[in-house]
Amino acid sequence: MEREQVQRVGFVLLGLLALVVVLPILFVVGTIVVKGISAINVEFLLALPRDGMKTGGIFPAIVGTILLTLGTAAVAIPVGVGGAVYLAEYARDTRLTRAIRLAIINLAGIPSVVYGLFGLGLFVLFLKFGTSILAGSLTLAIMTLPIIISTSEEALRTVPSEFRTVNASLGGTRWQGIHNVVLPQALPGMITGVILGLLRAAGETAPILFTVAAFYLPRLPESVFDQTMALPYHLFVISTQVPGMPLEIQFGTALVLLTLVLSMNVLASIMRSYFRKRRQW
Amino acid sequence: MVAAARIKIAVDDVSYSYEGKAALSNITFDIEANAITVLFGPAGGGKSTMLRLINRLNDLVEDTHLSGTISVDDEDVYAPGMDVAALRRRVGMVFALPLPLPGTIRENVLYGPRLTGSRDRMLLEETLARSLRQAALWDEVKDRLEQPANALSGGQQQRLCIARSLALEPEVLLLDEPTSGLDPISTGKVEASLAELKENYTVVIVPHSIQQAARVADYAAFLLMGELIEFRPGGEIFVNPTDQRTHDYVTGRFG
Repeated sequence: MEREQVQRVGFVLLGLLALVVVLPILFVVGTIVVKGISAINVEFLLALPRDGMKTGGIFPAIVGTILLTLGTAAVAIPVGVGGAVYLAEYARDTRLTRAIRLAIINLAGIPSVVYGLFGLGLFVLFLKFGTSILAGSLTLAIMTLPIIISTSEEALRTVPSEFRTVNASLGGTRWQGIHNVVLPQALPGMITGVILGLLRAAGETAPILFTVAAFYLPRLPESVFDQTMALPYHLFVISTQVPGMPLEIQFGTALVLLTLVLSMNVLASIMRSYFRKRRQW
Repeated sequence: MVAAARIKIAVDDVSYSYEGKAALSNITFDIEANAITVLFGPAGGGKSTMLRLINRLNDLVEDTHLSGTISVDDEDVYAPGMDVAALRRRVGMVFALPLPLPGTIRENVLYGPRLTGSRDRMLLEETLARSLRQAALWDEVKDRLEQPANALSGGQQQRLCIARSLALEPEVLLLDEPTSGLDPISTGKVEASLAELKENYTVVIVPHSIQQAARVADYAAFLLMGELIEFRPGGEIFVNPTDQRTHDYVTGRFG
């Protein structure tokens, strides 16, 4: 009898702990939705900000965040996936590759503001890209790379090595095996990693602070060398830097950012389950 | 047995080590064309290693050392500049476990031909039917070629893997315990197809039991702890082994 009581107490405790994890998320999302939903209308989403951002919309910030995320993806996906393929499929276990792996792990632990300063130094000042979408995207891409590389490498490693052996035994080159068999099988896991990385990039403030984000720029960017507003930084600005900002607009902006990020997440889940259904082992 | 025997594969003084541990020592024997040569012996004797050296599949393993020569049709397969992919198309391999690739039955069989860029639909259809017939699988799958390969039973999957190798029209077929995961009926089917295959192919097989070795062998090599103890025509080695160790193994004293 006693063992079963211990078990029951254990279940209850663990259940409560799980609840502790979920509650704050529900609370945060709930608060933002309840307080921000009233700000959402066509004008808020599609108009330029006016009157020191106190009225009008947040369209430039939405566009800016989408552009930055696309720019990050354009740089980080090829480099990250390519690097992961190299590490998982080609690299031998040498001191160099061990150093590369260590570097990737450490890169993942660097605070985002440090990436921001690094981007300022390298892209904005040294390479003279200026405060621009280009500099911001590159900075976010570098921050995202460790996540994409490590999750993609993991996904590649879960593909049974026998597939590579069979490919070789049928006269396939290493690359043919990767292209025909390994990559398609690793795709669901890689997509997860890519989306996780991009989600983080989309929501970051510090890396774009010095490299791209405009405090108040009520127009759309015209080239990759333009500054742009972006949702996370805009949210920071209207919450702390502008006195008398209506609370409704702050929560509305947060709601838009949250919706953008969550919808990317949902999209990722749909893609993942689609590709997983086609996987056959 | 053919009167004018032709040597297809010559293994000459081959020693092989892996991470500093010897796996094969001074192995020398010839494999005759259009015959079934059996490599048998207890686990860890180096049978699979010997097979994988012939089609250079051990290239995928790091930290190895090989000495001696292995030639197919008098051509050293480890010569510099050897086209390994072409070698593996000539020397096909079937593994102990059926390993269908992701995809349909058709995609599996035609994987090899497609690697070389074959696009001729007529020719591919012909290859598909021929390979599946040779592997004694055609009648069971001809109406469901578009189904996933892993929906087949284990025995069918293994014959599919044989068909996949045959699609490349190899000259040599290496089989590494191809029936170890199969029931007796499927094993019988695979063995029956082997007997037909030797008409056109040189077959080297690691059997999954000594009974199977005795059933299929034209020639048999007994490998023990990386050494070739005895190599003779199949009938003789199982009935009247000359080496005491071979005798002990075939009579079931150890192994």
